[in-house]
Amino acid sequence: MTGLKVSNLSYHYGAKTALDEVSFELEKGKFCALLGPNGAGKSTLFNLLTRLFVSPNGQIEIAGHDLSRSPRKALAQLGIVFQQTTLDLDLTVRQNLSYFAALHGISGADATRRIDASLDRLGMLERADEKARTLNGGHKRRAEIARALIHNPMVLLLDEPTVGLDAAARASITSHVHDLTADGTTILWATHLTDEVRDDDRLIILHQARILADGTARDISGKAPLQSRFLNLTAATV
Amino acid sequence: MSPYLTSLRAIVTREALRFIHQRERFVAALVRPLIWLLVFAAGFRAALGLSIIPPYQTYITYETYIVPGLCGMILLFNGMQSSLSLVYDREMGSMKLLLTSPLPRWWLLFCKLLGSTIISVLQAYAFLAIAAAFDITMPAIGYVTVLPALVVAGVMLGALGLLLSSFIKQLENFAGVMNFVIFPMFFLSSALYPLWKMAESSELLYTICAFNPFTHAVELIRFALYASFNGPAFLWTVLVTSMFTAAALWGYNPARTGISRRG
Repeated sequence: MTGLKVSNLSYHYGAKTALDEVSFELEKGKFCALLGPNGAGKSTLFNLLTRLFVSPNGQIEIAGHDLSRSPRKALAQLGIVFQQTTLDLDLTVRQNLSYFAALHGISGADATRRIDASLDRLGMLERADEKARTLNGGHKRRAEIARALIHNPMVLLLDEPTVGLDAAARASITSHVHDLTADGTTILWATHLTDEVRDDDRLIILHQARILADGTARDISGKAPLQSRFLNLTAATV
Repeated sequence: MSPYLTSLRAIVTREALRFIHQRERFVAALVRPLIWLLVFAAGFRAALGLSIIPPYQTYITYETYIVPGLCGMILLFNGMQSSLSLVYDREMGSMKLLLTSPLPRWWLLFCKLLGSTIISVLQAYAFLAIAAAFDITMPAIGYVTVLPALVVAGVMLGALGLLLSSFIKQLENFAGVMNFVIFPMFFLSSALYPLWKMAESSELLYTICAFNPFTHAVELIRFALYASFNGPAFLWTVLVTSMFTAAALWGYNPARTGISRRG
C-alpha cells in the first residue's frame, strides 16, 4: 500500500521554477530521507504536501486520498513537524497538544488518552505540565513530534526537524522517528545533513527543483561516504 | 462534541489565554479610550456644542456623546491587534498549524475572528463599566441591547484585521496600518463629532465620513446603547463585514500562495 504518492509535481514562483516534474512514491511504513542543499525545493515541496500552497500541476496522494480532491481526508492522515518551532511558549506541553488535538476535532477523555500515549512514545510524558518555554531544543522537537502523532496519521512529514540541535539531541530524535515506522507510519524526513540518513533508508536527493537520485542510501552512495557522494552529485549540476 | 465545536472552543480559548498573558495589552486597550473620555472630552466639551440628534432625546454632555465612538475605538484597535497577531503567527509558523488542520479553512478563520471579537466585546464592556463609575451612564437596558451591536461591529473590524493580515507580509509593515487604517477610520467618522458638524466644515470630508464603515459601526453602537435600532447602519455594517470576510478568505486561499513565505 502507498503511504505517499507525488506525481509530476511542479511549482513556480513567477519565472523561477521551484519544483520541476517531481514524482516519487513511498510505501506504507517506510522511512524516506529527502536530502537537498538549501534552496533545492524541499520547503516548497512541504508547503505543497501540507496544502499551504496549491499547485495547478501534478498530483499528491496521502494514504490513498487525493489532496486536491479530498483535502480534508488527506490532511487528516498527515502529521507535520515544521522547520520552525510552532509551540506556544506560554502554554504547557499538554495545553499545546490539546490545542492541536482540538484542531483535529479530538477532545475530552479521548484527547487526554491520545496525548498521554503520544508523549509517552517520545519519552516526554513527565514533561507534560512544563511550559514549552522551559524546554530545551531537543525536548521542544520531541513535543512537536508527539503532537504530530496525536491523530494517528498514516504519514508523518518532518521538515529539517533537527536544525539548531546538538549532536546528541539530533541522534536521539533521528532514532525516535525511525522507530515510528514499526507501526506502519510512513515518514518523509527532509534534511541537508547526510549523517541523519541510515544505509538502508530510502533516499531521495532533490537539487535545483528536480530529483537527482532515488533509491536506498546504500545504493546511491556506493562505496563512497554518502556525504562526498551527495556533494559530488549536487556540485556536478551547479 | 462535533469537530467544529471542539476546534471553535480551542481557538477561542487560545485567543483568551493569549490575551490574559498580555496584561499590558488589556491595560493599554482600556487606558487609551479612558484618556479620550476623561481628558480629551473634558477639555473639548466647551468647544463643541451639541444639538439634540437621534438617538438622544435631550441635551447630552460631550463625554456621553463620545462613549459609543470610544467603544468603536476599542473594537478597531483590537481588530488591528488581532491582525498583528495573525501576521506574527504566520512569521512564527503557528499559522501553519492552524491552516493544515483538516477542518475547512473558512471555519478556522471564522473561529479566529469570533475569538478576537469576544475579547473586543469584553474590553468594550470593561470600558463601559469604568465610564459608568465616572458617572457617564447609559439607560440600563442599553447595556444589554448594545451587545449584538458590539458583536456585529467587532466582527466587521476583526474581518478587516483578517483581510489586512492576509496581505501584510511582514510585521515591519504594520506601522503603515496605524497610519493608513486606524487613524483615518477613526477621525473620518462620527466617533468624536456628529457628521453635521463635519458637513459645516467640508462637504467632501462629510461624504467620506458618511461612507466610512466605521461611522456606521459607531452609529449602530450609539443607537443600541439607547435601545434603538439603526437599520441603515446595521445593513451597511453587515454588508461591509461580508465584503471584508470574502476578501480575507480569498487572501487566505492556498492557491494564492500568499500564506507561507517561499522556502
